Amino acid sequence: MRNSIIDYTLYLADSALILGQRNGDWCGHGPILEQDIAITNITLDLIGQARSFYQYAASLIGGDSTEDSLAYLRGEREFKNCLLAERPNGDWGQTILRQFLFSNFQRELYTVLTQHTDQTLAAIAEKSLKEVNYHCRWSSEWVVRLGDGTDESHLKMKTALENLWPYTGELFKGADYEIAVGMDPSSLHTPWFNQVEKVLQEATLPISSTEHIFMHTGGKQGVHSEQLGFLLTELQYMQRAYPGSNW
Amino acid sequence: MPTYDLEKLFQERIDQEIKIEPKDWMPDAYRKTNLRQISQHAHSEIVGMLPEGNWISRAPSLKRKAILLAKVQDEAGHGLYLYSAAETLGQSREQMINDLHSGKAKYSSIFNYPTLTWADIGAIGWLVDGAAIMNQVMLTRTSYGPYARAMVRICKEESFHQRQGFETLLVLSKGTPAQRAMCQDAINRWWWPALMMFGPRDSESSNSDLSMKWKIKRKSNDELRQQFVDMIAEQVKLLGMQLPDPALKWNAARNHYDFGDINWEEFWQVVKGNGPCNKERLEARKKAWEEGQWVREAAAAYAAKNKTRNKAA
Repeated sequence: MRNSIIDYTLYLADSALILGQRNGDWCGHGPILEQDIAITNITLDLIGQARSFYQYAASLIGGDSTEDSLAYLRGEREFKNCLLAERPNGDWGQTILRQFLFSNFQRELYTVLTQHTDQTLAAIAEKSLKEVNYHCRWSSEWVVRLGDGTDESHLKMKTALENLWPYTGELFKGADYEIAVGMDPSSLHTPWFNQVEKVLQEATLPISSTEHIFMHTGGKQGVHSEQLGFLLTELQYMQRAYPGSNW
Repeated sequence: MPTYDLEKLFQERIDQEIKIEPKDWMPDAYRKTNLRQISQHAHSEIVGMLPEGNWISRAPSLKRKAILLAKVQDEAGHGLYLYSAAETLGQSREQMINDLHSGKAKYSSIFNYPTLTWADIGAIGWLVDGAAIMNQVMLTRTSYGPYARAMVRICKEESFHQRQGFETLLVLSKGTPAQRAMCQDAINRWWWPALMMFGPRDSESSNSDLSMKWKIKRKSNDELRQQFVDMIAEQVKLLGMQLPDPALKWNAARNHYDFGDINWEEFWQVVKGNGPCNKERLEARKKAWEEGQWVREAAAAYAAKNKTRNKAA
């Protein structure tokens, strides 16, 4: 059980960190100054959530383990983040849609997690939920704006949906450690789907065309896309190049 | 009907330390000087996000990553206040951004230098933000009201950034030999460009006289530069590092530090566009703007549709 709690906590931490690392690339390069600030805010929240989870995992693991050793010194096969989080940024539309799909999932997950018997996880979920509600609102507004904006933006969002939808199935397919800690995510699918469908309808984005699509899995078990190695190489560069230093 | 000498009344208000507000009459040159200076300042905040943003993905710890993200985000916020302050002088943000992209408007040359190691992030906070604060503290008392008020808020955040930058270097200075070397190297590379941030010598500064008379500026380039040298020459001792200037020496008679000659040839080359990163910085800004075009158009189209729908409802 203890190992499962560690693995589960790392899954939550890794997903938040990897998406935060992706989003961070927008800082200074957003389409408009106000939105540059908004995506960076979300990035900061995600890094903050990752830190809380890593700190908790480190305390359970003990020894020399720290939030940084967990984030910076584990390899590709040890990362448990969902595949959705590591999908490339693409254009602003794809970044928005990725955030939208992920944040709505996080909202359902954290809502349930606040009731968990593990009080630390429940407390982190409670604190994070406030942030995630904002992420959902912001990303939903942008999905609608871009889906129902111009022909060009509509097409871009349609493409983004086709690109990302195959990575949503994994979110609801329980890994061993999720089941072991009593957090089978399959029950989150219906409320998630209903909310996502509602917003996508408002955005005039056809969700019916995404049914019966093959869903990729593996991230939660440490089997990732080729891109994760490059992301980690950049993320972990300093800790790998200067081992044992304080920053 | 009595006739007023508007320029005389304007100067009287300046002399009485009454702030000039957007709707007040002002000489055309006052408007233009403020617009040039405030928009240039706004552009500097935005372009300045790039060299620091360069290290967000590689920040050496999660805590440092969060601090750096928050800092770069603050710069974006400063850009926003400053564009708003400049807009009160009658130019749209879009026009100002176009002027930046066409090369008509300038930004601080310091951001045309590269951030090569993590220590550069500390050096930028300590030296670049430190130099900027000298200027900005003075600007909290500038005569144009919206600019002065924007500066009050910006100064609070900038002095926080400077402390963070110093603290980043302090950790390095107490670290491994490699970290100490990284720290010294960053100071070596950023020191002279930081001194150049105060602009040409007073004897060669074309915009200074009127700016002083109108209290847009209250201290000369050389006065501010000296103040900065005096401050940093003391702070560097706490780091146990050296400033790369053999001529740096306390002068008891002047009650100031003496320092060596600035390489003005380099200064002018960077101003003219020949710095190490001038091209990359402008290209990065243009790329972000051009790639965001469809997003801004979609947002505008959606807002227009919504307006029509709301009217119909």
